[in-house]
Amino acid sequence: MMASSYNAKEEDGHHSGAVGPGGAGTVKIKKPDNTAFKQQRLPAWQPILTAGTVLPAFFVIGLIFIPIGIGLFVTSNNIKEFEIDYTGMEESSPCYVCAHNYSWNNTTPCICLIPFVLDQPFESNVFMYYGLSNFYQNHRRYVKSRDDSQLNGDKTSLLNPSKECEPYRKSNGLSIAPCGAIANSLFNDTLELIYNFPNGTTITIPLMRKGIAWWTDKHVKFRNPGGNDNNLTTAFAGTAKPLNWGKPVYELDPSDPDNNGFINEDFIVWMRTAALPTFRKLYRIIQKKKDNMMPTLPQGNYTLNITYNYPVRSFDGQKRMILSTISWMGGKNPFLGIAYITVGSVCFFLGVVLLIIHHKYGSRNNNADIPN
Amino acid sequence: MLRRGLNRLCGGDEKRVDSRTIYVGHRPCPPTEAFIPPKFCDNRIVSSKYTVWNFLPKNLFEQFRRIANFYFLIIFLVQVIVDTPTSPVTSGLPLFFVITVTAIKQGYEDWLRHKADKEVNKYPAIRLENGQRARTYSENIKVGDVVEVVEDETFPCDLILLQSSRDDGTCFVTTASLDGESNHKTHYTVPDMEKDLESLSATIECEQPQPDLYKFVGRMHIYKHDQETFVRSLGPENLLLKGATLKNTKKIYAVALYTGMETKMALNYQGKSQKRSAVEKSINGFLLVYLSILVSKALVCTSLKYWWQSREGQDEPWYNQKTQKERDTYKFLKMFTDFLSFMVLFNFIIPVSMYVTVEMQKFLGSFFITWDKDFFDPEIEEGALVNTSDLNEELGQVEYVFTDKTGTLTQNNMEFIECCIDGFQYKNRDSCSELDGFCVTDGPISKLQEKAGREKEELFLRALCLCHTVQVKEPGPDERTELDQVDQVDGLDQVDGLHRPLAQAQEERGFIASSPDEVALVKGAMKYGFTFLGLESKTMKIKNRQNDIESYDLLHVLNFDPVRRRMSVIVRSRTGETMLFCKGADSSIFPRVKQEEVDRIRTHVERNATEGYRTLCVAYKRLSPEEFAEAEERLQEARLALQDRDEKLTAVYNQVETDMSLIGATAVEDRLQEEAAETMEALQGAGMKVWVLTGDKMETAKSTCYACRLFQRGTELLELTVRTLEGGRRREERLYELLQDYHKKAVQDAPPAKPGVTRSWATAQQEYGFIIDGATLSLVLNPADANSSRYKSLFLQICQNCCAVLCCRMAPLQKAQIVRMVKNCKGSPITLSIGDGANDVSMILEAHVGIGIKGKEGRQAVRNSDYALPKLKHLKKLLLAHGHLYYVRIAHLVQYFFYKNLCFILPQFLYQFFCGYSQQPLYDAAYLTMYNICFTSMPILAYSLLEQHICIEVLMDNAILYRDIAKNANLRWGPFLYWTVLGVFQGLMFFFGVRFLFSNPALQDNGQVFGNWSYGTTVFTILVFTVTLKLALDTRHWTWINHFVIWGSLCFYVFFSFFWGGIIWPFLRQQRLYFVFANMLSSVSAWLTIILLILLSLLPDILLMVFRKPKTHVRQKKPRLTSAGAPKSPRASARPLLMRTFSDESNTVC
Repeated sequence: MMASSYNAKEEDGHHSGAVGPGGAGTVKIKKPDNTAFKQQRLPAWQPILTAGTVLPAFFVIGLIFIPIGIGLFVTSNNIKEFEIDYTGMEESSPCYVCAHNYSWNNTTPCICLIPFVLDQPFESNVFMYYGLSNFYQNHRRYVKSRDDSQLNGDKTSLLNPSKECEPYRKSNGLSIAPCGAIANSLFNDTLELIYNFPNGTTITIPLMRKGIAWWTDKHVKFRNPGGNDNNLTTAFAGTAKPLNWGKPVYELDPSDPDNNGFINEDFIVWMRTAALPTFRKLYRIIQKKKDNMMPTLPQGNYTLNITYNYPVRSFDGQKRMILSTISWMGGKNPFLGIAYITVGSVCFFLGVVLLIIHHKYGSRNNNADIPN
Repeated sequence: MLRRGLNRLCGGDEKRVDSRTIYVGHRPCPPTEAFIPPKFCDNRIVSSKYTVWNFLPKNLFEQFRRIANFYFLIIFLVQVIVDTPTSPVTSGLPLFFVITVTAIKQGYEDWLRHKADKEVNKYPAIRLENGQRARTYSENIKVGDVVEVVEDETFPCDLILLQSSRDDGTCFVTTASLDGESNHKTHYTVPDMEKDLESLSATIECEQPQPDLYKFVGRMHIYKHDQETFVRSLGPENLLLKGATLKNTKKIYAVALYTGMETKMALNYQGKSQKRSAVEKSINGFLLVYLSILVSKALVCTSLKYWWQSREGQDEPWYNQKTQKERDTYKFLKMFTDFLSFMVLFNFIIPVSMYVTVEMQKFLGSFFITWDKDFFDPEIEEGALVNTSDLNEELGQVEYVFTDKTGTLTQNNMEFIECCIDGFQYKNRDSCSELDGFCVTDGPISKLQEKAGREKEELFLRALCLCHTVQVKEPGPDERTELDQVDQVDGLDQVDGLHRPLAQAQEERGFIASSPDEVALVKGAMKYGFTFLGLESKTMKIKNRQNDIESYDLLHVLNFDPVRRRMSVIVRSRTGETMLFCKGADSSIFPRVKQEEVDRIRTHVERNATEGYRTLCVAYKRLSPEEFAEAEERLQEARLALQDRDEKLTAVYNQVETDMSLIGATAVEDRLQEEAAETMEALQGAGMKVWVLTGDKMETAKSTCYACRLFQRGTELLELTVRTLEGGRRREERLYELLQDYHKKAVQDAPPAKPGVTRSWATAQQEYGFIIDGATLSLVLNPADANSSRYKSLFLQICQNCCAVLCCRMAPLQKAQIVRMVKNCKGSPITLSIGDGANDVSMILEAHVGIGIKGKEGRQAVRNSDYALPKLKHLKKLLLAHGHLYYVRIAHLVQYFFYKNLCFILPQFLYQFFCGYSQQPLYDAAYLTMYNICFTSMPILAYSLLEQHICIEVLMDNAILYRDIAKNANLRWGPFLYWTVLGVFQGLMFFFGVRFLFSNPALQDNGQVFGNWSYGTTVFTILVFTVTLKLALDTRHWTWINHFVIWGSLCFYVFFSFFWGGIIWPFLRQQRLYFVFANMLSSVSAWLTIILLILLSLLPDILLMVFRKPKTHVRQKKPRLTSAGAPKSPRASARPLLMRTFSDESNTVC
């Protein structure tokens, strides 16, 4: 139909063109160009969504989404996750004392031990998260309270941090490195996992402290001033440690120069502000055993050894430790699977409804058109 | 209003100095007196707004007077001053962009105005300087200059005629471009003017400039060498108005009186006020809604913030302490700044870029009108012209069309169609070029009978040749004219369709008359062999069929006047016979002739009248010498009477014009513009009400209405004219009575019209046409007694129920008055005025949309119009296709913009509930800024330029489709609500979908977690894709540009995100998006969520489209069905009027 109308118009153009030359030669100059664009006659695809075209799409979507959803759901269900709250709000909690006797000035760390049982063995790599609740890492004042160029190793910013860092910018006249509220409130609980063999012996499970931050963050975005190889103590000379920190930034991980200073991964992870007030952050990775015979975390009794440094009681916060395996879709999250199954079913159902409507009324509609 | 203001201003002027004195040729007179050259404004016409120097400040000032711009400026300033979540750049940049683009556009438009002004101002003129002819430009003419004007030139300013090349001191002028009267008017030189202009020393004392075209009072003091002073009074007959054209006079000399903006033409300009489209009003309405949404959002957030902060430990937890300054700030000030911050954060809900996109859409979109080759007229070699691009969409909303008649509906080009002699019909068909020329009668009946006797024929033709006031134009010195004349005389029969325009142009040169009908009649007679050769010293010469010259002494001319509606001449032939020939309207002739003659002719006359021809009856009477002597005596007596001369003359005329015998009738067609009837029919089919506003006589106007099919045979005419008001009683009473009566008929008794359907082809419902004339209208509009404002509402109600309204005998300002009245009536319908002459300017300016026809009557209307078209027939496409499309486009554009910004900002608002009401933006600043500028602007712009939801042919063929968008259908609150709900739904989807995803932020297979910027970027990605795909779903017309822009901007978004997140930007303080996008894409869950949410967000729309489809589906099909099935569809009448008249119907009638 489009094509036929085209031709008709083309002929029109020729007609007027044929009449035109009868006049003067200047006609062509003023006459609007007979281009498809200018005449709004660009060839066009004119799709019309009808039940007929949409129907198969609905079925296809349904047929694709439902298996994906089931896959996601199963995957999510297969992910093993163990969560333990160690805030110490209840008196029964081993951490109750630590939580209540807390003060920043404490020099002796408060340690509490929480025993727990894993009902199922955790296979493959196990990821250890700490979770905080009611902690507004996404508060505007908090989010902006950092200096990315300082963290990127910029010397001038190191000694003269951005104003955004206020009130965590200077301490006793010295500029704070790393400055800002985010850095200042670095999560500083130490978590250790101890496996209690059934025979009574215990073993501290080795925790990988690297590989927990984004690769790009670790290698590009965060840099120590003067390069990563230099002596950090001198590099950070003239700066003060953040107020709440027990030790300066260059002592975050003295054992590993590749994980010290600004490129300390715990620090980098913390610096990536969470989206929601209840969040989890990757703390450690428990790598699967080399021999592959034993599960990474066999079922049994464990003890969580917490060096309780981080106060959350003042703002009604909660602290958790989460052990989780990971699948291709990330951590455990049944939402996606359910959503896919739902949407897939809805589409399928709609497809059926449309099909019925199409068959019942579609033909009648066509008939009804003609007498009109 | 402006005009009134001008008047008042002028009035004020007059009070100050009630006259001006002009020294002709700047010569001090009398020479002894001290000569102080008075200062008058120069002869420059300025319609432009800006100059190079004041452009920037003035334009900026005007732009910031717009509420929206001002609002954005405030937001920008707030951002600069207050600590706000987003940087000033995010709103400053778009604002800058908007302001710049608008400034460029307005600058361009003003440049065009400058150009147009320049064209007028640089019009070459000749000025006499010290006796030398000096070429100069129109703008240089000063008051007091003596100017030479040659034939067919327009006068550069208002002039007093001093000298004419014609012997009798007259010149002919056509004021077609001023008041639409295309006949030639005679103007006179100042009496007793010296021949030598060089030695003329005179002053002119005249009133201050005033806009009335027909009023002028002044006097001229002529100082002779002998110190003798003449005083001559000057009247309008001495004044040549700027804009009028000199005709039939080789050259004249005249002195400039009023110049530039003080000319009567310029004073009659109504200042061009900014016209705003209904769409813009809708936008403002929506804007208010969104503004209240914005304010309430900010209020909710602020109050929740303080409620939340009041809980222990939340306001200032140890990890997130305030600065000392923040703590010290006074609490209420803090609340206020918080409120402002929220406003700034959410301000994107009111789209800055919408204005620029709308402006761009209008500006670029208007090019499609200029480019449309269907609007190209090969005759004048011009296409359509767009003067204001602000009103494109208004073309799709027109409810009332006010059209001028002469030159707009008709070509103002009379043509002799047929005549009827003694009951036999003679047609002026091309085939009558048989040698005999005058033999063709038509129809089986007439073939059987003999045609009318030769004597009768010749008598009739002689009558046509004699009974008129036509002058023959003297053949000019150049040969071409002469050749044309010859060609005219004996080459006429060869005139065929193709040559016609050319031939007509030549014919027009031949005769000059105050009424084009007369020329047509004379020409008609010429075709039948009788040629009027001219009037020389009271002798009329005719060349008859035998090529013999007959001459007649013209004894008396009994002039035409509208009351008698006839004119007569009394002539004496060489044989000494005295005859009276009379021609006039049937109603005025029939009572004065014998009844049996009338019966023979009446059918012809009536049929011709219904065909839309102007019919005249011709009668004659032989006067015996006694009769003549008596008549002459009485005529002389009446002519010399000092009192009641007119009445006496009329009485005599009436007495003389009795007992005549009818010889025949003529039919003259004021040829309609091409496809005028089809156009009018299409407009009516589209639900528009057509009002014809004309200064012309009622009968002619009425016949034109019939010819244009505005009135149809079944239409009952409701007449409200001076004639119907003549009932003995007070006119007001009678008026009220009639109004009541008509109101009862047309409004109360009429079955309630179905909403939206004002006139359907199928129903046999009685249709009414309404006719009113100027005098009655002024009674209605400006009633004498104050309490009769009811007239107006009655009148309006009647008019609204009539399918067509004819207003005749209108003054230009009355036309505007009518338009204003309709414009301001209930529901404030959108009005469109179309006209071609300067007399239409006021109505063009008054209506929502003014359309000028690039006709013969000058450029005034074109210049003041919003759109100018070469022909009336183009109006159909302009409204039905362009208007419809533009409206749908812009309506969609506006709705889409509000929608996309609503679902843009809603997640940001919802995020406040999760970030402690801290004004934390969800999206990065770059995304906030670029969302409207880059990521989503191009597809909608392309859509709003290219979309054709129904293709143009279908729109043209089905006027009824126009009704679908009537009354701003796509921008009512209903559709707006739909879009808003859709936006809210999608916003909720985006936010909460991602919220559930982020309940476990470990989304990658390496266990690493995502932060808040990943959250925002995910939402934003879904948003950009959804919003763009939503548009893709709505697009019905996918050209390669649409494809390019839609997929292109999605690609651009992806590339930009990679790019933006791929580099540490040294000039940025924060590198928060570094690799956020790439990381997001490395997560399978994020992909799946994005796909799911996009689909889910679009699902309701798809469903709605599918369920709604059957209706639109029918709409696409319907056209063919209706045009095939319904015989009364516009197609059926598409045959040219002439053809229809002559082929079948004339046969059946005879």
